[in-house]
Amino acid sequence: MLSASSYRKFVRGRNRPVWEEDPNPAGLVVKALVLVAIVAAVLFPLYTIVLTSFSSQTDVTRAGGLVTVPGTLSLAAYEQILSGGIVTRATLVSIGVTAVGTALSTVVSILAAYGMSRPGSLWHRPILFVFLVTMFFGAGMIPTYLLVSNLGLIDSYWSLILPTAVSAFNVLILRSFFMGIDREILDAARVDGASDWLILGRIVLPMSKAAIAVVALFYGVGYWNAFFNAMLYINDNAKWPLQLVLRSYVLQGVTLPGSGTGQVDVDDGAVTGLPVKMAVLVLAVIPVLLVYPFVQRHFTKGVILGAIKG
Amino acid sequence: MSVHVESRTGAPGERAEDGRRAGRPPAPPSRAPGKRRKISLRARLRRDGALLLMVLPAVALLTVFAYVPMLGNVIAWQDYSPYTGFLDSPFVGWWNFERVFTNPLFLDAVVNTLIISAFQIVLFFPVPIALALLLHSVLSPTLRTTIQSIVYLPHFFSWVIVVTIFQQIFGGAGYVAGRLRDAGYTGFDLMTDPDTFYLLITAQVVWKDAGWGIIIFLAALSTVNPNLYEAAVVDGAGRWRRMWHVTLPALRPVIVLLLILRLGDSLTVGFEQLILQRNAVGVGVSEVLDTFVYYQGVVNGDWAFAAAAGLVKGIVSLILVLAANRVAHVFGEAGVYQRAER
Repeated sequence: MLSASSYRKFVRGRNRPVWEEDPNPAGLVVKALVLVAIVAAVLFPLYTIVLTSFSSQTDVTRAGGLVTVPGTLSLAAYEQILSGGIVTRATLVSIGVTAVGTALSTVVSILAAYGMSRPGSLWHRPILFVFLVTMFFGAGMIPTYLLVSNLGLIDSYWSLILPTAVSAFNVLILRSFFMGIDREILDAARVDGASDWLILGRIVLPMSKAAIAVVALFYGVGYWNAFFNAMLYINDNAKWPLQLVLRSYVLQGVTLPGSGTGQVDVDDGAVTGLPVKMAVLVLAVIPVLLVYPFVQRHFTKGVILGAIKG
Repeated sequence: MSVHVESRTGAPGERAEDGRRAGRPPAPPSRAPGKRRKISLRARLRRDGALLLMVLPAVALLTVFAYVPMLGNVIAWQDYSPYTGFLDSPFVGWWNFERVFTNPLFLDAVVNTLIISAFQIVLFFPVPIALALLLHSVLSPTLRTTIQSIVYLPHFFSWVIVVTIFQQIFGGAGYVAGRLRDAGYTGFDLMTDPDTFYLLITAQVVWKDAGWGIIIFLAALSTVNPNLYEAAVVDGAGRWRRMWHVTLPALRPVIVLLLILRLGDSLTVGFEQLILQRNAVGVGVSEVLDTFVYYQGVVNGDWAFAAAAGLVKGIVSLILVLAANRVAHVFGEAGVYQRAER
């Protein structure tokens, strides 16, 4: 049996401040249950969706929908969607748009943020104002659509990148971070004859990896997750990104014409073809899950800087 | 409230500076801040030219894709047709705006937008605060950061994914409906039920963003001086009194600021979230200002009318946001604008 003193040690833990009273056991249990419920609310849907995507059609039919208990695992759903149909093409489109877009946006934003980060530099206030205005007033969907259309970008992949390439919010996050760098280092480098390009490349960038990682993640997730721009600007469904395929094929249950998903019969209820649908969903989530662990620890720094320092 | 930024003072830089102090004359006086005004424009251009060049690509992109469309709003005063273009379409005064304000569907969209905003302010806004307090009370750092990583995650899923997940769980052929069917109940489908739609979309927002929302509150909580708690204990304050008299006052500035900014943003509700569910649940409850603009303009081709509706929304939003910032000021918080301006 647990002795009184070791019980006390156990419930107090190592991290409880000395002045705090002993925890109330009932309170601890309630708190633990609430936390478990919250974590489960996030993880259970992901678990059952991933499991269903790896399950055989028989297991799905027996479960009457999403599978919660592992049965026969199979890769059939993934083989089907990755064998060159519209989902394969859409995945490649999404990867391409995300890679090019993230690179472009991140580079342009770093340059802009550094360009506005030195106090007292020429015209930095009016330039900052140009960025701030876009945070408060958007031109609206219709004029933007007409512009993109007049530029001849309909059905071009650039229509998925250029209109959202610069986010003033992300630029300001980077600018705050750059402004937090010790001025004396930068001034010393300038006195030694370093140009601004050299200072940015050799001093500022190496010191700002965390902020840049967070901003690149924000841009990357933005491009990967965007579906409405594609809905507006891309009419040719051979050029659709993955999110739009997910919407039509999985959410709305439309069989896509001229596509590799044609052989999947999605019309007779939601159960048939469910593994394939869930595999498309998993495909749309995977990149986020892959990048997330590496960037996640920098969030607090990056986000708070943006939110609080503006 | 300020957040400490870790700035690693690079050793090479310091050494370079020491070397300069020892061997070379001090920096040229022209760089001293007090003398800045006396430098000629040409000298400043030479000094800051590289910085201007760096800003140029971003400013160019914003000019083309943010500012030119602002001018494109001129079609709201025209009888616009894509074939004649905005240069040749005839001006019709305020006709499009008159049509907007007398359109019953527009008024429905305004009402729906405000209802959804109200739902989210009442039912979503307090959740991250409560969640932050709960997580803050978890003492083990490992456990706390693990839970944090998990609850932040849904913020990075697209709305298509979130809505699809909800459809698979709460839809007519979803998980819950399946379990209910096993137990003998039929006809459960939250995704197409207009009566519970506002609760459903609020639940979706909670699932996606409540975890992410705690970041800012956790940061505020971590700045509270522990001596305050100790002093409160000495004065005989229990757990709840400490929360009321120490913790919540520390959060108050952040809560007030975020609430005001959210109120200023009342006309903007999740556009992508709603357009994905509009067909399933029906226009009656799900049409908001942004979806209205999309369907009237892009789908029905009434460009000038939709542009006028979008412009009304944009201008009223701008006024609300600026007013919100002003109010935030009155409460002693630097608003968003001043924060960035410094």
